[in-house]
Order: sequence, then structure tokens, then C-alpha cells
Amino acid sequence: MSTFVYMTRCDGCGHCVDICPSDIMHIDENIRRAKNIEPNFCWECYSCVKACPNHAIDVRGYADFAPMGHSVRVRREEEKGTISWKIKFRNGTTKDFVSPITTKPWGKFIPKLAEGDKPNQGEINSQRLYTEPEGLNIDGELPSVPKDSFKKGVYY
Amino acid sequence: MLNTNPFSTLAETVSPVAMQSFIIAMVILIAAGTIIQMISHRNLTYFFNNAKKAKLNATKELGVGEKVSIVAKTTVYDIGTTSELGFGKRRLAHVLGMYGTILFWVASAVLVFGYTGAEKSSSTIWSMIWHIGAILTCVGGYWFWFFLRVDVSAEAHPWYRIIKADLFVLALLACATFGLLWSYTQFNGQTGLSYLFLTLFVVSNLILFGGIYWSKFAHMFYKPGAAIQKNLAEADGSRDNLPPPADAPEQFGLGIKREEPKHY
Repeated sequence: MSTFVYMTRCDGCGHCVDICPSDIMHIDENIRRAKNIEPNFCWECYSCVKACPNHAIDVRGYADFAPMGHSVRVRREEEKGTISWKIKFRNGTTKDFVSPITTKPWGKFIPKLAEGDKPNQGEINSQRLYTEPEGLNIDGELPSVPKDSFKKGVYY
Repeated sequence: MLNTNPFSTLAETVSPVAMQSFIIAMVILIAAGTIIQMISHRNLTYFFNNAKKAKLNATKELGVGEKVSIVAKTTVYDIGTTSELGFGKRRLAHVLGMYGTILFWVASAVLVFGYTGAEKSSSTIWSMIWHIGAILTCVGGYWFWFFLRVDVSAEAHPWYRIIKADLFVLALLACATFGLLWSYTQFNGQTGLSYLFLTLFVVSNLILFGGIYWSKFAHMFYKPGAAIQKNLAEADGSRDNLPPPADAPEQFGLGIKREEPKHY
């Protein structure tokens, strides 16, 4: 149940593309608006939902978050330092929450990515994500599963 | 050059009626392309369904006066200054391109219908507006195209990668650029070049207005509609299911400063 984008609200600013830890939020080539290119790989971290300045991204959350059929909408207000949540259950009940964007001083415990080295085109085009494999504490290559070892058919 | 009506000079070889017919044909193409796209992509259905949902979720009934006031405010601020793009370079480039294009198109129609022909007077002001509109379109458009496009700025694609979404902006830039070059070469008496640029100007207009079904041209009609719907939904309490604005800012202290999305 991955993220999806309301096209009438999206203005193609690129904040979701920038923040997605799975690198699956990208820009559509036909209308230059954001889209989730690989819904199966979305782990619902809500990063893009919170980062979107136009509240254009929505998620159908897992059942462990709220019963199926609910809607979660998020309003991020940077000037107030708050993120407000509205969960609308399938029976119409709504619950509102407000939480801080961060409880720690901004930048102190968060990597200052803007000050990092700019990647070259090869790194940009690579399948690897930022800081991989060092960030995973792996020496050498990322572990992989050979395709011929996959079972045939659908499995989860 | 800026004070000269390029269509007036052209009228020595091309009939003003032909020019007027061309503009009318372009207007028909705009209407036809947008209507066909709306039917095919079901944009209107989406808008109406959204409006229905908002009405069901509304916590407050808006009066006619309130609605008119919201629409007026949205038109002046949200649409007139493209506020959805935030405060920054993207908004400035869009405003330059938007007003440049409006001036360019309006001045084209005024010059062709009002000041082109054997017994017609000349208008320095409208000629200036036509050129300034084209220049503003080029400044905003090329700035966007080379530096601000999200595929270039956030996705790190090279500027020369062309996608279908570029059809509108490239055709518009071609119109403004070839229009200016045609005016310049015609003013300097470079007949061959002026006809070349005139041909390119006409072709780029045909692509811009004839390609509406495939391009992002109609966003200039959809985006204002979406902005009005969004602000009406905020006012009537439905808010597209969004939570209300937080009312306890002091509890959480200062917010953060958003960085540019360029962390590729």
C-alpha cells in the first residue's frame, strides 16, 4: 500500500524525489509531476508525505497502523515546527494528532547532506543508494541473491 | 526594433486577413485541444467528483459572498503570483514566463487585429509590449529549462535530455525566440533570414497550439481550477481530508528551514 500523488496538487518541486530513502519517488516524463515508480519497494516511511510542501502525497497505510480502509493525511508546517496528522477510519471516525518535526536541534544529529560532496554522474546513475555499502557496515560488495535460485510462481 | 510592429511590415507581402485567420485558427486549436484532452483524460470528472466529496465532508456552508471572496483572493494571489511554487527561483521564473507569455499573446492579437493593414495606424506601446513579452518569456523559460527543471535540479538529469513534458515549454520558447529573431532580421532588412525565422515562428506556433492534447499546455486552465478548489476546501472545513493547521507552535519551538531538493 504505497504512496501515491494527487496530480492536481503536485507542482513537481522534487522534494519527495530528494528525500525518498528508497529512491522510488521520481518525476513523470509525460507531465513532470512526481510519481512512485516502484510501489512494491515503498516501506511507508512517510518521508515524502511529510516533505511535500503542497500536501500532494497520500498513503494507504498498513493494517498495523490503522484498520484497513483508512486514510492518513499529513500537514507539515515548517514555521511552527509541527506535523499534524489526520486519520480517517472507514466508519468515518477521525482522529487528529500533532507532533514536532524534530525534538533535537536541527542539524545536530542529522547529516548535513547539502555540505557533502556532489556525486558524479556514474554514482547518480548507479543502483546503489546514498552511503551504500559503507552505510550498511558492509565490507565490499552488497550481498545479492542469484536470479536462478528464485522459485517460480508468486510468493510473498 | 522594439518600437516596430513586425506584423505591419509583414503585411506588405502577407494579407492582414490571412494573419487574422491564423490567430483565430490558433484560438480554435486551443479550445479544441483542451476540450478533447478534458474528455479523454477525464479531468472535469475528477474535479466534479472532488467537489462533491468536499461538499459531503464540509463542516461549514459557504455563502455566495464568501465564495466570491475566496475565488477573488485565489485569483489575485495564488494564481496571479503562482504561490504554490513557494518563495524562490522557480516562482520567479514562472511569473516571468507567465506574464511574458500573456503579454506576447495579447499584444500579437492587438497588433494583428488593430494595427496591421494599409490604413491602420501604428502603435509604439503595443509593439514594445509584444517584444517585452517575448523577452520575458525567454528569460523565464530558458532559466527554467536550463537550471530549474525538476528533472535537472532534483533528478540530476542533463539539461539536454528531452521528455514529452517538455513539448509545451520548448514550443513556447521556440515561438518567443523565433518571433524575436524574425522581428530583428526583418527590421535589419535581412530578407532571407527573416523569412526563415518567420517560417520557424509559424511552425512553432502550430506545434504549440496543435499539440495541446499531448502537451502540458492546458495546465494553465487546470491549475487555477485546482487552486480555487483547494482554497474553497480549506474554507469549508473539508480540507481534502487534511488535518487543521496546528494551534500550538510555542510548544514545539522554531521550525526548520527547508533546504533545496538537490541532495542527489
